[in-house]
Amino acid sequence: MNQEDTNVIDQPEVLKPRMVTIEIAGKKVEVPEGITVIKAMWYAGIDVVRGVGCLGGFCGACATYYRTKDDPKVKTCLACQTAVQDGMSFTMMPPFPARKATYDIQKLQDPKQDLFNLYPEAPLCRNCNACTEACPQKIDVREGVWKAVFGDFKSVSEMFMDCVMCGMCTPVCIADIAPNLVALYVSRAQGAHFSEQPEGLDTRIKEIQDGRFNDDWNKILKMNDKELAEHCATVK
Amino acid sequence: MDIHALQQIVHKTRDARRKQTIPKFSPADRDQLIHKYHPDFRTSAYRPIKFGPNEGDKTVVELATLLEGDSSIQDHADLNAHYTCDVLVIGGGGAGCAAALHAHGAGAKVILATKLRLGDSNSVMAQGGMQISVAPEDSPVTHFLDTLKGGHMENDHALLKVMVEDGPSIAKWLLELGVLFDRQADGNLHVKKGGGSSKPRLLTCSDYTGLEIMRVLKDEVINQKIQLLEFAAAVELLSDEEGNCTGAIFKDLDNQRHVVVAAKSVILATGGIGRLHIQGFPTSNHYGATGDGLCLAYRMGAKLAHIDTFQYHPSGAVYPEQLIGALVTEGIRSEGGQLVNAKGERFVNELDTRDVVSSSIIRECEEGRGIRTMAGRVGVWLDTPLLDAEHGAGTVEKHFPAMMLQFERFGIDISKDPVLIYPTLHYQNGGVKIDTNAETNVKNLFVAGEASGGLHGRNRLMGNSLLDLMVFGKRSGLTAADRVKVMKQGTLTLKHLQKFRAEAKKHGNASGVISPMILPAYTRKVG
Repeated sequence: MNQEDTNVIDQPEVLKPRMVTIEIAGKKVEVPEGITVIKAMWYAGIDVVRGVGCLGGFCGACATYYRTKDDPKVKTCLACQTAVQDGMSFTMMPPFPARKATYDIQKLQDPKQDLFNLYPEAPLCRNCNACTEACPQKIDVREGVWKAVFGDFKSVSEMFMDCVMCGMCTPVCIADIAPNLVALYVSRAQGAHFSEQPEGLDTRIKEIQDGRFNDDWNKILKMNDKELAEHCATVK
Repeated sequence: MDIHALQQIVHKTRDARRKQTIPKFSPADRDQLIHKYHPDFRTSAYRPIKFGPNEGDKTVVELATLLEGDSSIQDHADLNAHYTCDVLVIGGGGAGCAAALHAHGAGAKVILATKLRLGDSNSVMAQGGMQISVAPEDSPVTHFLDTLKGGHMENDHALLKVMVEDGPSIAKWLLELGVLFDRQADGNLHVKKGGGSSKPRLLTCSDYTGLEIMRVLKDEVINQKIQLLEFAAAVELLSDEEGNCTGAIFKDLDNQRHVVVAAKSVILATGGIGRLHIQGFPTSNHYGATGDGLCLAYRMGAKLAHIDTFQYHPSGAVYPEQLIGALVTEGIRSEGGQLVNAKGERFVNELDTRDVVSSSIIRECEEGRGIRTMAGRVGVWLDTPLLDAEHGAGTVEKHFPAMMLQFERFGIDISKDPVLIYPTLHYQNGGVKIDTNAETNVKNLFVAGEASGGLHGRNRLMGNSLLDLMVFGKRSGLTAADRVKVMKQGTLTLKHLQKFRAEAKKHGNASGVISPMILPAYTRKVG
């Protein structure tokens, strides 16, 4: 590869990874600096089945507690999205037995009132803010719980669009609220009950049912490969 | 030189590039580019499959080896069923959830089994959106033609027609379940333009489209009390005397025991193959994307289609090292993000199809116009700050919150600095051949989603996967549920496996590996 020198930022000394000492669930291991928490577990020979999902920061499977060197503060992260550093100590969060209410979203009569039947603990928030501090997605969870209780479903649905359902807001809640599950209910209710019906969509569904495109289909599906390729080329 | 110094050329050339328009390649130039640089054309990476339904067809070595692999199940394994159901869905991503919900809604007793948790999938990561022709100036026919063009004219017409025509009713279903698609001021669905599409057609939930859909579908599966078997990896299918599918054997990953499920029909929704790291590529795929469904269906005698072609998404992250292979959504290019080489030049129309854009990035890097990181990786710039420059400050943050957060965790602000990218193994264009009800040539064996093949031809268009999952998940679920009313549970045998083994023996037990792989073996290497 004839890479021009000006493009190259290789620095030989950084190509060899520096090793750092970390603690995985209380056990000291040496791993290359800067790899992700998940990769550090693999590097240490730990087979991970529970605790890995999409590896892209979206599925919430790899919720992890960690602490950095000499800092007493235990923080939360997604293991696939966090780099290890020297002196770091971490352990994965086991599945937490939060209660999820079940409901038929389409049959709800009064979704804002139903919230209190499905999640009676939701209004009992004591404002400790631990859920917000625990959120690896930086959602203001506490604010969301209050907005849900006050019926501002629209704001909740916007605030929780980033929620990966890792559930790290749940074990810290002193009122036994599962904020992510409350927000999921609220967001679904917002979509199913408080959002406008898009007229254009209904029109299109009807057009298809009424066979409005049948002439086009008949024309296209009769074409041979060459005709079809030429026709495709005309679509701009 | 550090990465910030190298980024300066992108900032310096931004204003000049903004005025530039780059035409798309002519069909001839496009073919030439792809043949020269696309990984699908590296012949050394391919070999013919030695036996089975696709004997003689070429595919990548990694997949051929698994397809010829042996089962972990012994010929005389105990086949007493632990569970019995009407419809067994294998896979807990978008297609699996859609199939389970529709089969359940039609009155079937459904079990959904998945090797990780419900929802752990590629679907959850889909950021770009879902193509559905809802705009007045658009039509299902135009959607059909765009997709056909993107697929190099090799798409199965019947599958494609039902997908584009079912699309709008799928959007309606998702809205009724509470999915929050982005709206226009008038309440209609907002549509974005995607690579390879002639009209704006992408429905989005900011850059969390897959996550939003999956949050809702997962919740609905649980609310409907559909029976789940999580951490249960399918290791073999079951067949009756006639070779029809009648269930599956799973390995419980918690206790390593086998679980036998008898079912009147089986829907495989096991997703793709990114974690096979074909040709050494990094991947954007989830942990379980090891092509299990292909191996299982192949041993049953199901024919595969287009298994020689894979999609390398143009923009996989190259820097920072922790995000290697992770996707930088195509949405950024849809909104005007430009690709820039080390000389500060654009080199492709960013909204050309994925295979063209990927090939052109590989060309830039192979011809020495790439940018190299400290870890020795090479890529080109994606000019993300351009979006703020073009559409106003805060655009990147507002439209791509997931991307912002992902890079922010490593101290990178993509609204201020460009992102280094290189193609990443993203999608298997082909898979198990299905009909318009998602059934394979093996009776009562259905395949939905990425594991199926034919629909996308040789290159899937952005945004067509989420729709594929929903449409063929639904069709498989409804067809299977409808059929169980008039059929009896078939006997559980391993006749298909005995037949497969006899054939494997004739070919000297070709590959010597056990398949499916279930999970990649990362404890032996870091990658």
